[in-house]
Amino acid sequence: MNTRNILETINMIEKEKLDIRTITMGISLLDCCHHNGEIARANIYDKITKYAQNLVKIGNDIEKEYGVPIINKRISVTPISLIAQASSDTDYVAFAKTLDKAAIETGIDFIGGFSALVHKGYSKGDTILIDSIAQSLYETKKVCSSVNVGNSKVGINMDAVKQMGQVIKDTAYLTRDNGSIGCAKLVVFANAVEDNPFMAGAFHGVGEGDSVINVGISGPGVIKSALEKVKGESFEVVAETIKQTAFKITRMGQLVGREASKRLNVPFGIVDLSLAPTPAVGDSVARILEEIGLEHCGAHGTTAALAMLNDAVKKGGVMSSSNVGGLSGAFIPVSEDEGMIEAVTKGALNIEKLEAMTCVCSVGLDMIAIPGDTKASTISAIIADEAAIGVINNKTTAVRIIPVYGKSLGDSVNFGGLLGNAPIMSVSKFSSDAFVNRGGRIPAPIHSFKN
Amino acid sequence: MKAIVTVIGKDNVGIISKTSKLLAEHNINILDISQTILKDYFTMIMIVDLEKMDVDFQEISEILKNNQSSIGVTIKIQREDLFNSMHKIS
Repeated sequence: MNTRNILETINMIEKEKLDIRTITMGISLLDCCHHNGEIARANIYDKITKYAQNLVKIGNDIEKEYGVPIINKRISVTPISLIAQASSDTDYVAFAKTLDKAAIETGIDFIGGFSALVHKGYSKGDTILIDSIAQSLYETKKVCSSVNVGNSKVGINMDAVKQMGQVIKDTAYLTRDNGSIGCAKLVVFANAVEDNPFMAGAFHGVGEGDSVINVGISGPGVIKSALEKVKGESFEVVAETIKQTAFKITRMGQLVGREASKRLNVPFGIVDLSLAPTPAVGDSVARILEEIGLEHCGAHGTTAALAMLNDAVKKGGVMSSSNVGGLSGAFIPVSEDEGMIEAVTKGALNIEKLEAMTCVCSVGLDMIAIPGDTKASTISAIIADEAAIGVINNKTTAVRIIPVYGKSLGDSVNFGGLLGNAPIMSVSKFSSDAFVNRGGRIPAPIHSFKN
Repeated sequence: MKAIVTVIGKDNVGIISKTSKLLAEHNINILDISQTILKDYFTMIMIVDLEKMDVDFQEISEILKNNQSSIGVTIKIQREDLFNSMHKIS
């Protein structure tokens, strides 16, 4: 064993904040359906608490033995709209509360899957679930919700897009005493993936097995430090450096995932090769882009730098793990990234540039705080733009946007913990009402004649 | 199972003897030691065998942690496979 390698690993963990962001246990609830809602909820609670009873303990054990911080332990479940619609219930808040209770009992950080997939249309359960989102996020602490409104095969459900604008507004209003934090636990997707371990968008897809362990890795600080050593060198060198570093980071994820899967006796799913920032200094994706040569994240060149970063991370990670999946790439949330926050505050970064950046990286407009009086139709239009980018380009995109009640441009909001704080960003003053009010479905794009 | 013990801190008399005594008390065999002064810091890396250890992993890591201040260094124990998986392809 080479001394230098040992010290490099220790340095990555201690100084550069390399961590496993999450171990997420996916649990299928398909066998919990019941026409009596109460029985269905009891089934759900029992299954989750039984499957995940050792998740936190084993996560902590692995953390100690390897000396690698594991920040979150989470659970994702089958979209509740599919489970709850077997019942005769007319609202699903009680289901959200059951998830919350199970999350508290198992000691995990978040539970995802209060979700509906409505890219082509609504079933009964989808309608009820979406109507219950705002109240559910208000009444629970650990529950995360997501709605998939479009995909490349069927297009974009504009009725759902329209409705989600209002749901986000309602959630912001109900959680107004807490910086509208409910919206931080709600994400609107296009091309949602079934095995993503990251909240708020995690759910356990119907194509998955009964239970599975997915791991989300992180390590923007490690990539940044590696790039500091190749200042002024060409892009080939930059890309190669990122690749090699991503390889090592992913190996760690693979090891931890396998170990967790073995000890929990649950099959290993995927490593999500992601660079996920936190608000801590030294853990920022924006700072990587700046290290590549931009004065501030958001300056011209940012999109190209991000595209290269994202691609190099995937290339390095794919060789390193035999089970890659999820969203995989760089996340660019605003409030959770110290460098992004500064870029927005200094006026270097705006929503338009962020939208362009989402064309080349994973996820989308993430953790963006906007004025509380933003119209629902404007939020819907933002969702539509982002969904279109995903649907046309065959990639996942998402919107996690927070119209912070009572706040306007120049203010900022603090969510605490990993969710960080965000300056309020400006949105277009011009109306999208007539566009959003059309409803219906934007047809799926043609995929021959690609350009 | 093998593990890596890293000891980093200001150089001092007796770091190696105190650390190895702790390990010996719990029947941990030291397989290899490399030690250097890196940027004024005493840096020691030990590869140890835990097969016959008389406590479990959590306990030994606690014991080492609790003795850090009396030895005046930071001591960590981590399973060896972490380093192997990160730095070796196969």
